[in-house]
Amino acid sequence: MNANGETLIEVGHLVRRFGDRAVLDDISFNVHRGETLVIMGGSGCGKSTLLRHMIGSMKPTSGTVKLFGKEITAMKEREIERVRLRFGMLFQSGALLASLTVGENIALPLLQHTDKSGDEIEEIVKQKLQMVGLTGFEDLKPGEISGGMKKRVGLARALALDPELLFSDEPTSGLDPIMTAVVDQLTLNLTKGSHMTAVVVSHDMTSAFRIATRMIMLGHGSIVAQGTPDEIRNSPNPEVQQFIHGQPDGPIPLNVSQEEHKDHQHVRPRPFLGARFRFHHKHP
Amino acid sequence: MNARTLAFCPLRPQVKNYLQLNLSLLYWILIAPFTGQFFKIAPIFRQMVFIGVRAAPMVALTAFSVGVTLAMQAAHSLQSLGAEMYIPDLVMITLLREMGPVLIAVIVIGRSGSAVAAELGTMKVSEEIEALEVMAINPVQYLVVPRFIAMLVMLPALTIFGNYIGILGGWAVCRFALNFNTAGYVLRALESADTWDLYSGMIKSAVFAWIIITIACNAGLNVEGGAEGVGQATTGSVVQALLAMLVMNAVLTGIFFFSA
Repeated sequence: MNANGETLIEVGHLVRRFGDRAVLDDISFNVHRGETLVIMGGSGCGKSTLLRHMIGSMKPTSGTVKLFGKEITAMKEREIERVRLRFGMLFQSGALLASLTVGENIALPLLQHTDKSGDEIEEIVKQKLQMVGLTGFEDLKPGEISGGMKKRVGLARALALDPELLFSDEPTSGLDPIMTAVVDQLTLNLTKGSHMTAVVVSHDMTSAFRIATRMIMLGHGSIVAQGTPDEIRNSPNPEVQQFIHGQPDGPIPLNVSQEEHKDHQHVRPRPFLGARFRFHHKHP
Repeated sequence: MNARTLAFCPLRPQVKNYLQLNLSLLYWILIAPFTGQFFKIAPIFRQMVFIGVRAAPMVALTAFSVGVTLAMQAAHSLQSLGAEMYIPDLVMITLLREMGPVLIAVIVIGRSGSAVAAELGTMKVSEEIEALEVMAINPVQYLVVPRFIAMLVMLPALTIFGNYIGILGGWAVCRFALNFNTAGYVLRALESADTWDLYSGMIKSAVFAWIIITIACNAGLNVEGGAEGVGQATTGSVVQALLAMLVMNAVLTGIFFFSA
């Protein structure tokens, strides 16, 4: 752990409940400048929920989240916006605006938040696209490029304002092994070369071990294990071993009861239609 | 809590969202420009073309049919009284006060309101709205304000355009079926109408514009649950906007022409 670096993110005793179920249950950890933290865990373990709390788009039931030393959980939208200018986020789907071209997508944060001239912005867009290996794709619409390309454009857009901190939600899911390596290499270049700090949510173990300087494994809403990639690889914890080796049998349960699953859905049940259907499902 | 209030519970968050959207819209239009956060002009024009200009052919066709129908109905009743000369009055006043604003609002709800709800809804389910927020771009400022201003300008503009075409429809019946001369028709139509008839129609259509675009944007921004959610939000926005617009029309007619 890089204990000497400045602390960029401090998560303290974070709890988030949906109904009676605690999706995040007393989670605490810090991220220091220059680190690449990989948050891993099975589907539905609360990884994405944790990430959404760290970027301020969800409010915790209790606990604190500090970004750059500032508590964001109690902030108003206007104040959070100022913090958000300092980090970039790569979404799982890329989340490019479908109505804009690739170039306009990357230019968007620059147009909105800087006073740069059109020529300067064009230059930055070209440079960012070159960085993700998509030179000359400026004028295509997101609908005209593949999923992997969308992710790379998403990365270029996240980096448009040269942030100090990058959040990535499953940056490699749905990519072929070569493209996965390319995205990993890009992340490494940024963290090693440009001293950027990265928080990556992933369940792709190959990619996680390639980029991480520290790892956290989540399970049942709490931290099961954390440490350097070596510590995780050699962890005696059977849950960790089951997860990193992808074994079907082990301490992590396969079955999620309907009750739990329902609590996990954020959608409010509709009163009339919902009531009728719920009678058909008997919970075990 | 009794059963009645329970039944309305699911509506409450929607009403709250709707009021919040209106407040934040007012903030971005009226207050934010004074704090240096101006809205951009180019997206407003893009939306004007989309919401207004592209709806013009449909509006023209509708208004022409209505003008023709009004004149024929009026002819049928007024001829039996020997009062054909009042046909232009009837066409003009009905169009300016009622049919123009309402029918054109119906067209715009069906065409542009639903499109806005579907577009914003799709953006919501594909994480685009969240991406905007994370880039510190306010979705209301970036997406809703241009659509709102475009609608507020274009619906009254379309209404004026539709009124002209409707009056042209009335003229076509009078000129070719009832042997009016053109000058007589124009003179009669202009004499009958008051400027207040036009203004009241314009006020109506500005209020309708507000209702249509805020309902459509609110429905789109609050979509949950994938493609199905987008479909429901789009249908819901059309139905809600139609009902709200027709009720508001009755209220405004009451205020303008009944209370005085």
